[in-house]
Amino acid sequence: MGKTGVKKGGNSNWVMTLLKGRTLLILALLIIFFGIASPNFLTVNTGLTIAKHVALYGIMGIGMTYVIITGGIDLSVGAVAGLAGMIAGGLINEGLTITPLGITIYFGVPWVILISAAAGVLVGWLNGLIITRFNVAPFITTLGTMNIARGLANLRSSGATFSNIVGKEGLGNTGFNYLGKSVAGIPAGVIILVIIAIAAMCLLKYTPFGWHILAIGGNARAAKLSGIKVEKNTTFVYMFSGFCSAIVGMIAAAQLVASHPATGEGWEMNAISAAVLGGTSMSGGIGTVGGTIIGAFIIGVINDGMTMCGVSEFWQKVIKGIVVIAAVIVDQFQRSLQAKMALQARNESK
Amino acid sequence: MDSNVILHAEGMNKIYPGTKALDDVSYDVLKGKVNVLIGENGAGKSTLMKLIAGIEQPTSGKMYMGDEEVVFKDTTEARDRGIGIIHQELSLFPNLNVYQNIFMGREQTTGKFKLDNKKHVEETNRVMTKLEHVMNPNTLVGDLRVGQQQMIEIARNFLQDDLKILIMDEPTSSLSEQEVEVLFKLMREFTDAGIAIVYISHRLEEIMRIGDNVTILRDGKYVARAEVKDIDVPWIVQQMVGKGKSYPKKDREVDWSKQERVLEVKDLTLPKSGGGYLLDHISFDLKKGEVLGIYGLMGAGRTEVFECIMGLRPEHTGEVYKDGKLMNIKNLHGQIEKGFVIVPEDRQAEGLVQTLSIGKNIALSSMHKYTKTGFIKKKDEDQSVDKQIKDIMIKVADKNLPILSLSGGNQQKVVIGKGLLTQPDIMLLDEPSRGIDIGAKTEVFDIINQYAERGVSIIVISSELKEIVSIADRVIVLSDGIKTGEFIHEEITEDQLVLSSYKGHGTNKVEKENE
Repeated sequence: MGKTGVKKGGNSNWVMTLLKGRTLLILALLIIFFGIASPNFLTVNTGLTIAKHVALYGIMGIGMTYVIITGGIDLSVGAVAGLAGMIAGGLINEGLTITPLGITIYFGVPWVILISAAAGVLVGWLNGLIITRFNVAPFITTLGTMNIARGLANLRSSGATFSNIVGKEGLGNTGFNYLGKSVAGIPAGVIILVIIAIAAMCLLKYTPFGWHILAIGGNARAAKLSGIKVEKNTTFVYMFSGFCSAIVGMIAAAQLVASHPATGEGWEMNAISAAVLGGTSMSGGIGTVGGTIIGAFIIGVINDGMTMCGVSEFWQKVIKGIVVIAAVIVDQFQRSLQAKMALQARNESK
Repeated sequence: MDSNVILHAEGMNKIYPGTKALDDVSYDVLKGKVNVLIGENGAGKSTLMKLIAGIEQPTSGKMYMGDEEVVFKDTTEARDRGIGIIHQELSLFPNLNVYQNIFMGREQTTGKFKLDNKKHVEETNRVMTKLEHVMNPNTLVGDLRVGQQQMIEIARNFLQDDLKILIMDEPTSSLSEQEVEVLFKLMREFTDAGIAIVYISHRLEEIMRIGDNVTILRDGKYVARAEVKDIDVPWIVQQMVGKGKSYPKKDREVDWSKQERVLEVKDLTLPKSGGGYLLDHISFDLKKGEVLGIYGLMGAGRTEVFECIMGLRPEHTGEVYKDGKLMNIKNLHGQIEKGFVIVPEDRQAEGLVQTLSIGKNIALSSMHKYTKTGFIKKKDEDQSVDKQIKDIMIKVADKNLPILSLSGGNQQKVVIGKGLLTQPDIMLLDEPSRGIDIGAKTEVFDIINQYAERGVSIIVISSELKEIVSIADRVIVLSDGIKTGEFIHEEITEDQLVLSSYKGHGTNKVEKENE
């Protein structure tokens, strides 16, 4: 290979670096853009508002990242968030009435959180069961459970809102709304995001379980032949996604101090977008928690930045749709470039 | 029982829907020996190995290790008994790095949960040094060339302690000569340590060198077993071919040198994604009304030749001339318009639309002929379809019946009929007789002969020796992407074809590719 070849190699290295760091670059550009477009954008208050929203997209996105890594998809996340919020709100305001005994039990806040989270895990378990045991495509399975969860959320209150879910001193169930407040100036949601993110990161990177789900997404047949329990691991991943969604539902309810059955409608779009913008491959086997969090920030900045600039909600949807598709196209481009470079490196080393 | 027999399989049967892959085969694996297993495509070698390794379960049959009966529900159970397998198709994770691939499913941890990557890297380096293939353990496996990937597949099995049986299903197919030497050295170390190796290979010279005993399977049945020191290559070939029933040899007296040449393929080359070639400068021609056979082992590149000609492989290079004119192959639709038609290998997946009726399936490729201003002219369509059904003797009560109501043989005739209805000049048939009974086979051959007489030029791929010997006017043999032989008239014999089909698996060629 002559001079041109060397030059080409150097050139694509430069492009590669840019492509690999593109999510952070896009985030920085967006912040600069909105900072110029809207004078109030670069303030502490705006930052905190965005962080509160990002926490929701981020936690949901982490669960989604795990699911997509195994080669699946979870459309039920938004509805599960709504359901968990309604369960929590209902338990605080109305308690659990056992009709035959004629008594109503009010649980303390830790129990309320545990029960609501368990509901999310249960939906996830159901997803995993249907997908792995009955071989139903993840898309269809979670589309179904999405509707089931949304229906149940509405049934809990016949479509009404549980307002002012702060609990009563006398019943000993106060304190739920702290999930929506701040500790030392940092929103509780952000703290929870950090905890879940660190746990998910370690799980993915440092445990056999993490290897196994990457293997399932990379080559499910080979994973099975390597003795990996594909069904069990996949089911666990959907349970984890359900758990994350339930937590998000509770934080959202606490932030509003009210549970509404329509909470979380369309949030699956935010979660999938965060994962995809963060470099998670829809064909499975590739994805990182850190990337998804950057993706969640991009979604958050676009959402809130456009709102502050007075862009209508309808245009926001159009723009977000374009951004996600563009992200995947660039991702495909990077992959083909990477493959080409690996081939080139191989030829040169011979 | 002989104390040297480490595993004894008794009366193994494996039935897949429609075929009996393994028919009452008994097999002994001897301790400290290289036990070679050989046979043609579909002889049942890989199936037998899958049963022993727990990848699939026998329909009936028993396995014993020592005096104890063993049953493997999955690979983990087989592995616990000390049975490892190096797969024919690579079963690696392209998205993960070298040490992750090697330790997948048998991770080392510090404490209970934390992966011990330091140990993984150390062990990987140790094993790869032993295999004389030092590489960065952090390299992504998808970025390695196929030979290196195969070394990783091999390395995975070398880590197992208490290994008793190592099954190697064509481990050398993409290794260079040097790499093969290293592998053979290690295999000898293994057998010296008392480990049994089961070795499947298509390279006959290799078997003569490394093997201790040879077992031959044919059509899912046991044929013969012998010590390598007592036999030679011609004996193996003879056993593989057998003396079964043969079809009557066609005798057409045509002076092919006087016939016009309708197709000429020059230097057809198709690169392999992992390096090397699927097709390596293949050239051949086809005369008007000729039946050209293509013979070769699985993966020799036969189907790929058709795919290139039909425009399914845009990455190919080389020239294709039809009637003396250089073709610009764009897509499959364009090739059909230029007079080509293909009958694909997989009837169910690629040949038929199961939800449509028999008649609609036949008309599928020629629909545009019966369409006027966007609407189908039912009468024209019906007429042509009826004529075609009669012409090739499809046994059908009503052409509006679902396609799946037909037998396999008649389904195949529907696929062929669909191709013929486009009135092709050149017809490409990929394994036209696969999975159909003898009677239907003869009828399919009759159709081929009949249309060849009418001037259609036909290329047939077949894995069945007797078939191809009887039907073809001329045969070319592919082996590992290279054309290794061309035979005409009396030269077409089963032994010749088999010998040629193994020629491309010489180690020198791979060496050339890799360097």
